[in-house]
Amino acid sequence: MSTRKFSVFSLMVAASMTLALCGSAGAAGKSIKIATQSPLSGDQSVIGVDIKRGAELALEQLSGPLEALGIKAELAPFDDQANPDTGVANAKRIVSDPAILAIVGHYNSGVQIPSSEVYHSSGLVNISPANTNPKVTTRGYLEVNRIVGRDDVQGVVGADFAKSKGVKTVFVVHDKTAYGQGIAEFFKKKAAENGMKVLGFEGTEEKANFDALLSPVVAGNPDLVYFGGMAFQAAVLFKQARERGYEGMFLSDDGFDSSDAAKIGGGTLIAGGGTYYSTVSGPASVYPGTAKFLKDFQAKYNATPQPFAAQAYDCMAISLKAIENAAKAHGNKVPTRKAVAEAVRALKDFKGITGTFTFNKIGDPEKALYFVIQVESADPSKWSENKIVKTLEIAPPQ
Amino acid sequence: MIRFLKRINVYELVRPVGQMVLFSLGSAAFMSAIAISLALALDGTAVGASLMDKYNVSLYTYTMLNLPQVIIDGLTIGFVYAAIALGYTMVYGVLEFINFAHSEIFAVGAFVGVELLIALDGMGILAGASLGMAYAYLILAIILGMMAAGGLAVAVERVAYRPLRGASRLVPLISAIGVSFLLQDVIRLVESLTSGQFNRIMPTFGNFDSRIVFGKIAMGTSKLTLGISVKSIIVIGSAVLMLVGLNYLVNATRVGKAIRAVAQDRPTASLMGINVNRIISLTFLVGGLLGGAAGVLYALKFTRIDPFVGFFPGLKAFTAAVLGGIGNMTGALLGGIVLGMLETFAGSYMGVFTMGAAGSEYKDIFAFSILILVLIFRPQGLMGKHVMQKA
Amino acid sequence: MISSFFKELFNRVNRGYWSYLIVIGHIVAGSFLVYTQPRSNLAFLVLMTSFMSLYFFTTSLRFKLIAAVILALVIIPIVGARNIFYLEVIFQISVFAALALGLNIVVGFAGLLDLGYVAFYAVGAYLWAFFGSQQFYMLHYAPGTAPAALPFFLPGDAFYMFLVVGVIIAGLTGILLGLPVLRLRGDYLAIVTLGFGEVIRVLANNLDKPLNFTNGPQGITPIQRPTMPDFAVDWFNSVFGGVVGHNVSAAVMYNLMFYMFALAVIIVIIFVTRRLDDSKIGRAWTAVREDETAAIAQGIPLVKMKLAAFAVGASFAGVMGVLLAASRTFISPESFSFMQSIGVLTMVILGGAGSIPGVILGAATVTILNLQVLQGFSLYLNELRQSDAVIPIINFAWKDLSNQLDPAKYQRLLFGLILVLMMIFRPAGLIPAARRKRKIDLEEN
Repeated sequence: MSTRKFSVFSLMVAASMTLALCGSAGAAGKSIKIATQSPLSGDQSVIGVDIKRGAELALEQLSGPLEALGIKAELAPFDDQANPDTGVANAKRIVSDPAILAIVGHYNSGVQIPSSEVYHSSGLVNISPANTNPKVTTRGYLEVNRIVGRDDVQGVVGADFAKSKGVKTVFVVHDKTAYGQGIAEFFKKKAAENGMKVLGFEGTEEKANFDALLSPVVAGNPDLVYFGGMAFQAAVLFKQARERGYEGMFLSDDGFDSSDAAKIGGGTLIAGGGTYYSTVSGPASVYPGTAKFLKDFQAKYNATPQPFAAQAYDCMAISLKAIENAAKAHGNKVPTRKAVAEAVRALKDFKGITGTFTFNKIGDPEKALYFVIQVESADPSKWSENKIVKTLEIAPPQ
Repeated sequence: MIRFLKRINVYELVRPVGQMVLFSLGSAAFMSAIAISLALALDGTAVGASLMDKYNVSLYTYTMLNLPQVIIDGLTIGFVYAAIALGYTMVYGVLEFINFAHSEIFAVGAFVGVELLIALDGMGILAGASLGMAYAYLILAIILGMMAAGGLAVAVERVAYRPLRGASRLVPLISAIGVSFLLQDVIRLVESLTSGQFNRIMPTFGNFDSRIVFGKIAMGTSKLTLGISVKSIIVIGSAVLMLVGLNYLVNATRVGKAIRAVAQDRPTASLMGINVNRIISLTFLVGGLLGGAAGVLYALKFTRIDPFVGFFPGLKAFTAAVLGGIGNMTGALLGGIVLGMLETFAGSYMGVFTMGAAGSEYKDIFAFSILILVLIFRPQGLMGKHVMQKA
Repeated sequence: MISSFFKELFNRVNRGYWSYLIVIGHIVAGSFLVYTQPRSNLAFLVLMTSFMSLYFFTTSLRFKLIAAVILALVIIPIVGARNIFYLEVIFQISVFAALALGLNIVVGFAGLLDLGYVAFYAVGAYLWAFFGSQQFYMLHYAPGTAPAALPFFLPGDAFYMFLVVGVIIAGLTGILLGLPVLRLRGDYLAIVTLGFGEVIRVLANNLDKPLNFTNGPQGITPIQRPTMPDFAVDWFNSVFGGVVGHNVSAAVMYNLMFYMFALAVIIVIIFVTRRLDDSKIGRAWTAVREDETAAIAQGIPLVKMKLAAFAVGASFAGVMGVLLAASRTFISPESFSFMQSIGVLTMVILGGAGSIPGVILGAATVTILNLQVLQGFSLYLNELRQSDAVIPIINFAWKDLSNQLDPAKYQRLLFGLILVLMMIFRPAGLIPAARRKRKIDLEEN
């Protein structure tokens, strides 16, 4: 046995000792957990963290009825890093914990789709506050539900709005992610049907230098530039387009709905034809029940909620209600995962703060709200005061 | 005063400027020729028809009218690449070693500069600053970014490369890759802990965002605005200044002579009384200074930075250095300009020439293909002399 | 001082029947702990380290083989069926161990630094993803707009054939890339392979038009798996059902099946690697690695040998790619980033380039660090944050700990630190390759 071999061995022993520090704590008695998965780190953590906070706030405020049954509910937040591999590994960790009865989550559809395969195979119910890709529900899983609208509708909403603004020519750009490209494809299709001329359809992973991409955009001087993707790219693109003399209108999707957009774009978003975005998540102030939510959120986290925080609150509320119903049906015992999944679908007209929800047979809400919002101020702190120019209630396509 | 002026080697000041003009014009002419001939060839085909349908203009006219803007964009990014490429090429010239972490040194420069400006903005100083003061603050940010990046480069060399000198070639390279990854997350950690988020946005101030318009050209039904933004001029101007300064340092001063001596033959240089370790540190310092300045300029031009911002520009700059002939300073300049042009031309015209089948998303592939092709067919680069590998 | 004490202790116990007792004790203790604490990271680690005792303690070869087979084929499936997260960890270790063994041939044996190794992994994965899904019939649909009810191009059982096809195609890709670039010297080669890795990823991301081959960023799903024999689930439940404590579902059984496949592939890879290492080719690789000029002088066909290393390494990645596509049923370009290449490189460097046990140890260590230790630590910090606990002396409430201080996020930091520290302090790795060790011993004498 050489010293070398030996020091390896002792290193391993030392490593296992350190691990002892973080051994997992066992769950006791009738306590259950509800997990969240959202990007808590990375570019999209601004929104991901608030998804977790929304769920946390709901758990704190609404777990009373469950506690009356003697069931204690805890939050188990996971960071999917907006990465499918991490999401799947987390999902396996989640389903292997029998105390977890529901999962609120995912911000990115690209992460939700593979992760929910894991939830589906172990019967764990997933309620999504933000995933808009059609494929999330069209797979027809009992366990997968969402409370927001769909990309195929949102793309159409965007294209119809553009038509109502008299747009004749449009240049479509997307961010080469499952989300951005998905929505852009639907926008393009509907725009062409609406008689608009699509000058170009380009994807880009670039985050900074849009010069090359902007040449054909600015040369065509379209009435509208559409971006399918997230604010941190869209705002940079819009700013650079203005700098190159583009005067027309910008339109984007709910990924644009982040105060970062105003921070990056500043005044360029209001100049010229202005900037609009379609979203499935109106500012919290438009929903009937949100005044209290806004106040409580502000009090607890000392920040205004980002988009989807209110939706996450509702997802948690639905989970708690479903668990409560299932528990009551099972003699006040902790219900099985299957019972919870069925209880979610069985809910009728659940009154949340962002709407009244009944799920259809594939897990879409029977009717979803879509908004088109105009950026009003260059000041990031006034982002939530942006003006709603159009509100639509549309049933999901079958 | 006169004596001082006499000692300035005017030739070494004029020569690099001449080279830059020559390279810029040359590569612009070359790329334009390719674009125009492609346009002429494709004009009669479906490509031309599809463009006519969308833009109401022939492919040839479209290509011609867009040329000036594309050339300006290509030059701007080309000079940024050149400034970063010099960092790679100087280190390679002296140590025959690819400083993989140079891209993160660039990123650190960008972060330090932007953080300073954000702090100033937070204190309300930037908003009310006069034009002169705005430039002064920008210069301050650039200098601070340079100092941080230069210091970091020297520290990295001392800690992670010097102990490995003399080991086989791959050992320091792997260490450099490690440093690169380490630094990315260190930036992220520091930024997240101090500011809560790690992507930072360059504050808007001064007149950098405004645009000097040369004129409008009618094209089909629309009008093209030809112009250049103030910040592009600043980027090109500062890069030219730095490149001239570096050229002067290396080719016309005593220190430069020492650097060249160490690059040529390290043992002999040390016999001549040159402190080799100090010269190597100095090389890293100079490379870091340039990288840091390029970082702040990059942030100014493109607004948003994150801890991984260095990766692609770094890789492209390395490509530029190889393209021009690694270890050769003029080569890095040429490589940077050519690569910037090539990439911008490809990104701007590919979508139109291929009817949208392959758009600007392939521009990175262009850079890498060039790298692979150059290394296969002319490994010494455009300007390099053929050298046998040292065994 | 302490280390010499441990060394003394180790030598004291590593003789005679003591070593057998300790190894058996370790395995039994590990299995018992995991069985009683099915969700404890620590217990799982005790079980995993029993492989290490098995390797380090001097016992007879037959004993080692039998113990390894029992561990891998009986204990781990039971443990995995009880907690599928463990199964996922072990599966990922197996996948990365196979990748690391492949890269080891290129980096460790032939001394060529390949920074784009996952490109070959991607080739294998997309190969099966394309033929084993509905993608063939989606060539003319833009991503996301294809109708749902399309037929599958090949039946799921073609998977077995594609394990072989994957080996061949990835090997050919390796040769195709290698032919032009292998004349380059070491550090240039590293950068070119990095570029190649990015090119493959960008292609996977962009080849959704003009013809939709890869479905772009949306990724390809569902990808078929080979059919599971009907009796497999019943058989497993009737034999192990009692020990596992509940009947496993077909989904869990699939995970077990892919674990077995990965294990089989690794055994083949280890066998091939060892045979190659001892062959004429292996010696030629060593010569090329140590001194190219001298190798040419010896009459070794330099480019041919380098090509062979590239092709063999690539084919290992290719077969794992096919396996990954089938086990995940979902493939998207994000899984093949530069970061993954560096991850695999880190495993090779940490374990010891050129050393088979070292590389496997490296893969296991990095994967466990990544999936369990960092994540577990993050979850633990999070629990502390939710509690009212306070650090006594400095009077710091855990609640105030920044959300950003989350170890699971700092993967790059971990990889970077490992690479730098290993290069400076232990360039030969945790378990250095036998040949190198001989050389070092000579120098020490």
